[in-house]
Amino acid sequence: MSSEELIRQDDVTIRFAGDSGDGMQLTGTQFTATTAQVGNDLATFPDFPAEIRAPAGTRAGVSGFQIHFSSRDIYTPGDDPSVLVAMNPAALITNYKDLKPGGIILVNTGAFTEADLKKAELDSNPLTDGTLAGYRVVEEDINQRTMEALADMDLSKKDKLRCKNFYTLGMVYWLYSRPLEPTLNWLKEKFKNKPELAEANIRALKAGYNHGELLRLFQGHYEVPKVEDAPKGTYRNIMGNQALAIGLVAGAKLAGLKAFLGSYPITPATDILQHMALLKNYDVVTCQMEDEIAGICTAIGASFAGRLGMTTTSGPGLALKTEAAGLAVITELPLVIVDVQRGGPSTGLPTKVEQSDLMQALFGRNGEAPIPVVACATPSDAFECAVEACRIAVQYMTPVLLLSDNYIANGAEPWLLPDIDSLEPFPVEFTTDPEGFSPYKRDEKLARNWAKPGTPGLEHRIGGLEKDAVTGNVSYDPENHQKMTEIRQAKIMGIRESIPTPAVHGPESGDLLVVAWGSTMGATRAAVERLQKEGASIAHLHLRHIWPLPKGLDDIFRNYKRIVVPEMNMGQLARLLQGEYPDARFEKFNKVMGKPFRARELKAHFAEILEEK
Amino acid sequence: MSEVQQLKAKDFKSDQEVRWCPGCGDYSILSGIQNTMADLGIPRENFVVVSGIGCSSRFPYYMATYGMHGIHGRANAIATGVKVANPDLSVWVITGDGDGLSIGGNHMIHSLRRNVDLKIVLFNNEIYGLTKGQYSPTTPEGTRTKTSPYGSLDHPFNPIQLALGAGATFVARTMDVNPKHMKAVLKEAALHKGAAFVEVWQNCVIFNDGAYKDWTEKAVRDERTVNLVAGEKMIFGKDKDKGLRTDGCHIEICSAEDASVWDPTVASPGPAFLMSQLDNDPDMPRPMGVLRSVSKPTLDEQVWDQINDVKGKKGEGSLKDLLYTPDVWEVK
Repeated sequence: MSSEELIRQDDVTIRFAGDSGDGMQLTGTQFTATTAQVGNDLATFPDFPAEIRAPAGTRAGVSGFQIHFSSRDIYTPGDDPSVLVAMNPAALITNYKDLKPGGIILVNTGAFTEADLKKAELDSNPLTDGTLAGYRVVEEDINQRTMEALADMDLSKKDKLRCKNFYTLGMVYWLYSRPLEPTLNWLKEKFKNKPELAEANIRALKAGYNHGELLRLFQGHYEVPKVEDAPKGTYRNIMGNQALAIGLVAGAKLAGLKAFLGSYPITPATDILQHMALLKNYDVVTCQMEDEIAGICTAIGASFAGRLGMTTTSGPGLALKTEAAGLAVITELPLVIVDVQRGGPSTGLPTKVEQSDLMQALFGRNGEAPIPVVACATPSDAFECAVEACRIAVQYMTPVLLLSDNYIANGAEPWLLPDIDSLEPFPVEFTTDPEGFSPYKRDEKLARNWAKPGTPGLEHRIGGLEKDAVTGNVSYDPENHQKMTEIRQAKIMGIRESIPTPAVHGPESGDLLVVAWGSTMGATRAAVERLQKEGASIAHLHLRHIWPLPKGLDDIFRNYKRIVVPEMNMGQLARLLQGEYPDARFEKFNKVMGKPFRARELKAHFAEILEEK
Repeated sequence: MSEVQQLKAKDFKSDQEVRWCPGCGDYSILSGIQNTMADLGIPRENFVVVSGIGCSSRFPYYMATYGMHGIHGRANAIATGVKVANPDLSVWVITGDGDGLSIGGNHMIHSLRRNVDLKIVLFNNEIYGLTKGQYSPTTPEGTRTKTSPYGSLDHPFNPIQLALGAGATFVARTMDVNPKHMKAVLKEAALHKGAAFVEVWQNCVIFNDGAYKDWTEKAVRDERTVNLVAGEKMIFGKDKDKGLRTDGCHIEICSAEDASVWDPTVASPGPAFLMSQLDNDPDMPRPMGVLRSVSKPTLDEQVWDQINDVKGKKGEGSLKDLLYTPDVWEVK
């Protein structure tokens, strides 16, 4: 062990920042996987540009990955990093201001030539002009060190230099006393067929680690002990899109059906399609279709044929699927529509986070076309919500909109895996008896019966035209349309009977209730808990089911003097709640900067409200 | 099903009143498809008829099979979902020149390129009927319609060429006023394994009456069209005395005995393209019958082959395998 001091820290946030081509996302995910296995709680926030490779070295091309890890339970990827790894001047200048005062900045001086500074639009070198006063700057020519470590290897200079992210990772592993094994194993597997690249990266990683110790660049190093009171069980590190994909497949299995995903690539939802395409041995069909509309339409066709149809997209794609979603409403076929929200309108901010598709999810269709909406809060919650969306879809014969967002999609956290036996099946029973069959015959939930093609004697036609409530034939009858519209609405509202009233986190009554949904959950929970510790009368209500809203909310709302709704949009949930609960007053707190709320800014806002009382 | 009952055309008629205009060409296509289906030896419950929007797309309601009346242009996409989800079904797409070539053009070309085993029947009346008379992507240039009162400026699609260009494995053409020919073509389409594209010349009595009369009326039909039959000489004319001769680049009219033999099974779509060019020559007969019929793996069978292949290699995945991957760790 090093003679240098080993200092205990309980809570650390590191940000890796570099050029899009520097491999910072990979560095970040490797650090995450290792940290999860060490037993820390963690949350991550990858932040990358929409361009795959913006001009090298420019500010536009900076890609970042933030990880918050801790010896205790945490909810967010951290407000302010305590360590910044900056691979070039652009990464340094666009990120250093977020750092905590006195924080460590590890700089790759190998990328600080005059030309590099110019690309970052810098007139002077921030390493020498006093910009970084107040921070602990650790300078290291990582390019040079990596080349030295790989000097005797028969690789091109370019290939050698590409290993610099693993050299950097090695240094940070040493700084935070992380084991190398998980990454070593990953490299061996990843480069199974290119052993020379595996070897080069392994050498770079080890060299970085050893140099951290030998070169005494840091004034010491740290340990972040594992979470001691973590619930017992089996854990897995999970990203939101991955959890959602697994949840959709699990949901189909619990329904006793085969999953059928019709989709089209779109940031930030593509990973779900990619992940499900790997799961073919779970009887998953994935069809990458010619466009968003074909994606949802194949899923509708598959549901008609007796599979569980699904489609995944982001905001602009959801807009394209609108008409087909209405077809699923009127044909009353089960369907899960996933919208991984990003900044809008139009193409907007494709790689940034926003919660601004809520109104589109609720109302973005022609006609009276109610669709239940479920929203996930965290990567692991995405699994549960996906299963829940499948349950609602098959039990109520309806399309379901499942909202995620870019922050959940690409964020990671340790996931305490559920016991398989605890996952309650909701098997579908197809209608097979021709006796008295009608396609719109309903059960007590108002769900129509589901007869799939291939079943003798149950041949029937469904479609976009209004149908007679009894015979299922096309009907233009005014009373019938009124009746069918009301039935479709009542069916969706009836879902309330199957969902619990959410629990309030904090006192049952008090000065302030914070109502949040989706990924705002983490920062809200952290801010509310901090204020609770300071003695404030504040509680947090998280909504998973956005439509229909669970029963009992009015009883909760009336117990607080004020209610605030923080959202990454201009107040869409607040508007919905105001309409549904006119007796309460919902104050908005909004942010549309493409970045999630920080716990600190929420805390400051809530504190301000509490002071006004 | 142990034994397939011999079905009749009437077994495919639903109890719904057919509501096309009197004299509409759709009636004969409905009857042609019902007759064809009855002959296929497929149980009725295994048929699914999917349509988009338009006059032709009311079709599923008149069939006693499973069916879905979809949304405008999307029948091919919906049908792809049905067929891939359950390849045991016989899935038919009913569409029109507006539905299938304009708003649904994208889905049309992609379902053809993927060779999904669909029977696609495109009713081409060269007009938008249900919206009461606007020009469609197959309306000839210069046609006066409600949205082209001074004559249409658009260059039209030739549906046969579009299908060939999209890589269709089966391309054919028939007409509403020749039920015998239609049934023969539909039967070949039904027996083809893969995407089968059938253009049906269909007369709209209200908004585009007589669009095909110069080729389809009994008095001129034999002179103005040539029926392409695999392995037979390309002969036409009232007295079957004329033929078509081709050197692969050109086509010319010749005597019946000098006519070339038609082969829709050649690997290249070139000959079929060449034949489709006859549509543009007023002095030549227009081709009917099967222009192309080649074999290729279908998407629906490949999807399940791949799934079974992966299952064979990795084993069938359970819920436990799905969640508990090798990278888990225990907290005790």
